[in-house]
Amino acid sequence: MKVFMLGWEFPPFISGGLGTACYGLTKAMDQLGMKVTFVLPKIVDTKYATHVNLLAPVFQTTSASQFGEMKNVKFHAITSPLQPYSTPDIYRRQIEEILRQKHKSHGVTLPDADDAAGPTDYNSNLYAEVHRYAILAAQLAATTDFDIIHAHDWMTYPAGIMVSKMSGKPLIVHVHSTEFDRSGQNVNQMIYDIEREGMHAAHKIIAVSHFTRSIIISRYGVPGDKVEVVHNAADHNGGWNWTSSENTVIRDEKIVLFLGRITMQKGPEYFLQAAKKVLEVIDNVRFVMAGSGDMLHRTVEMVAQLGIGHKVLFTGFLRGEDVQKIYQMADLYVMPSVSEPFGIAPLEALNYDVPVIISKQSGVSEVIKHALKVDFWDVNEIANKIIAVLKYPPLRETLANYGNFEVRRLRWKDTAQKCARIYEEALAAG
Amino acid sequence: MASVCFYFQVHQPLRLRHYTVFDKNDQYFDDYKNAAICRKVANKCYLPTNRLLLDIIQRCEGRFKIAYSLTGILLEQLLSFSPEVVSTFDALAETGCVEFLAETYYHSLSFLYSRNEFLDQVNKHVETIQSFFGQKPRVFRNTELIYNNDLAALIESMGNFDALMTEGADHILGSRSPNFVYRPKGCSRLKLLLKNYSLSDDIAFRFSNHDWSQWPLTADKFARWINAVNGNGNVVNLFMDYETFGEHQWEETGIFDFMRHLPEEILRHPDNNFKTPSEVIDSYDAVDTIDVPHLISWADIERDLSAWVGNAMQSNAIHELYRLEKKIKSIDNEKIKADWRKLQTSDHFYYMCTKWFSDGDVHKYFNPYDSPYDSYINFMNVLGSLNNRCSKHLAADTEALAGQSLGGLQKAGTPVGLKA
Repeated sequence: MKVFMLGWEFPPFISGGLGTACYGLTKAMDQLGMKVTFVLPKIVDTKYATHVNLLAPVFQTTSASQFGEMKNVKFHAITSPLQPYSTPDIYRRQIEEILRQKHKSHGVTLPDADDAAGPTDYNSNLYAEVHRYAILAAQLAATTDFDIIHAHDWMTYPAGIMVSKMSGKPLIVHVHSTEFDRSGQNVNQMIYDIEREGMHAAHKIIAVSHFTRSIIISRYGVPGDKVEVVHNAADHNGGWNWTSSENTVIRDEKIVLFLGRITMQKGPEYFLQAAKKVLEVIDNVRFVMAGSGDMLHRTVEMVAQLGIGHKVLFTGFLRGEDVQKIYQMADLYVMPSVSEPFGIAPLEALNYDVPVIISKQSGVSEVIKHALKVDFWDVNEIANKIIAVLKYPPLRETLANYGNFEVRRLRWKDTAQKCARIYEEALAAG
Repeated sequence: MASVCFYFQVHQPLRLRHYTVFDKNDQYFDDYKNAAICRKVANKCYLPTNRLLLDIIQRCEGRFKIAYSLTGILLEQLLSFSPEVVSTFDALAETGCVEFLAETYYHSLSFLYSRNEFLDQVNKHVETIQSFFGQKPRVFRNTELIYNNDLAALIESMGNFDALMTEGADHILGSRSPNFVYRPKGCSRLKLLLKNYSLSDDIAFRFSNHDWSQWPLTADKFARWINAVNGNGNVVNLFMDYETFGEHQWEETGIFDFMRHLPEEILRHPDNNFKTPSEVIDSYDAVDTIDVPHLISWADIERDLSAWVGNAMQSNAIHELYRLEKKIKSIDNEKIKADWRKLQTSDHFYYMCTKWFSDGDVHKYFNPYDSPYDSYINFMNVLGSLNNRCSKHLAADTEALAGQSLGGLQKAGTPVGLKA
């Protein structure tokens, strides 16, 4: 089985669950001996890419060794500023930043990597970039041998459709989130249309949860027999060296962690309202908000309004070891998402023996029983449960022990195998 | 001779309402839910089954006998929500074919945590049964048939009981059969009746299981199994939850028809009869001694206590509950004491069981909570509130005491440990 996979970011630069899922799934497919051509947009991020990167050819074939030991996976990076969780607004700001950096680079003339659609020609148009990406992916596909196409989330759907049309191979779209999750009822029509087109063009749809499957069916008019649920899993490499003494700080303050993008979908305001209520009952607790996002400023303001500034800490976006450290420090992880298709972070928390409170409006609540579950809007109940975990060690212990055990049973290998079965069905159906 | 001894456990817990750490009042129990469940079970099980068994007793002209253990908190609920059920139990008592057993009034695990509290609750239950049904119980059954040698010794020392019952677990019997009367180790007078779990569970659990090789179970088939005991046993103890009829096994499964025909099928064999537990111990001598040093129960495959005190939350909750005993008993407030006792009902701890949670099975059916964690949190919040009430009372008492003391004397300092 040879897969043409249109995926996203890989370690060490992972900004969220989408990258984690792509990585976990692909690694497991590699171990199962499936041949994967992994295509991803190469981040033109001023923080990590110097202007030298802009000189790079459009296609970069990266040796797999850079991503660990993946024998069966070939990576192709396509130079593109596409980023997971992007919106037209974020995209515009990002392009402006790239241009600013370019001007700063001392008059060095930067040859356009792609004359047809260099960054200056985008007109800040995300739609155009998604389609430019599709064309580049299709060009790449023309010289690649594969049986099936697997596209992850909306920005790769046009590429998936185009590759499928050109090659005649079946398309699988993998829905990690929908526009309704990200934007509530204020959907971006363009994004919705692309999602809908991708879902209808696909031979099979993989939803990361039953929660998402029902959105796909009810909101996108897709017949149910086309949509399969394949839950995400968790990587178990983390959490091993966490007992190292340097991190064991004796403190009399408990830490309650919010880790995720600070955006409407993740429910940061419910976290803070609950924090306010918790602080009415117990004092030796600090609330840590790790992440960044479009609601960051509003969230900081809200902390001030609630008068709990001395008890809330913002860390900004964390990566790598810092993520590990914050999990190690945390006594409790809270995910009050308004609409969470899956939610991998709670699995990571449990991996570090941190008990979790998760929103009932989430896919992960379908696979984890040993978690406290709440309605995201029920701040009274969130606070009630936070207090209970902090107050009663046996509760914390039981949740962490059983939860950790439960997470260990969720393996990417099973996820990959389910995908492989869906590939076979799609191929058999012709 | 094979005697069949039916004993039915009749119990409903008082379920707690959703109680958060922010709640301040002392209304802990969900009256609405408890009333609804009580009425539902009354209509599906208690009323039709009582009527059916009363019919059978009249039809068999006294040859059909049964025994009940009704918990005190069930009786309280029936009186409030379904008083007609109490009068049908009374009608059954009037027949002379029905025996009522003793247990802890609150269906509690007090034997494990406080002997004084245990004795209080047993005595309260005996008095209640006597006042309701005019019988003084001679046979004791502990909550969930929890049992060991110490329990037998304690019950014998109480002086008013002649027997007690427990699970006929394989590991206490060895190669012996549960179909005889035994004597608990260390007892000289008390007799022990053992549940025949195989035949009991055929009715209580397997009756409607289509995957079971013996399905469908008919009255004459079951009677044949009873007949087979003739010659190698004296008594078949069929102990089960009363809710088996109509609630665990729905009416559609045919459980009522089965029960309707069972007595005559069993009595068809001339050597068979029905006996109440008291009649069993009066008829048969103990054939051997049973030694149970470790605690057993009738629950799950393990037949141990892990369903109630198997995880850290359960043991924490129950220890915290009994830690309050001294405080509760030092203040004279019946409402607080009653609330504390209602929290002792074993079901509260059963809801916190994580044993089968991942697989989701029978435990779930009886559980008003979504998860064992929710149940623990709720219970601990209620317990916290109860503790605060105690502390307030104690503080008030101390103040009153200080106020009474002679004016010339210095006001006594508040005893330590009262500030909560």
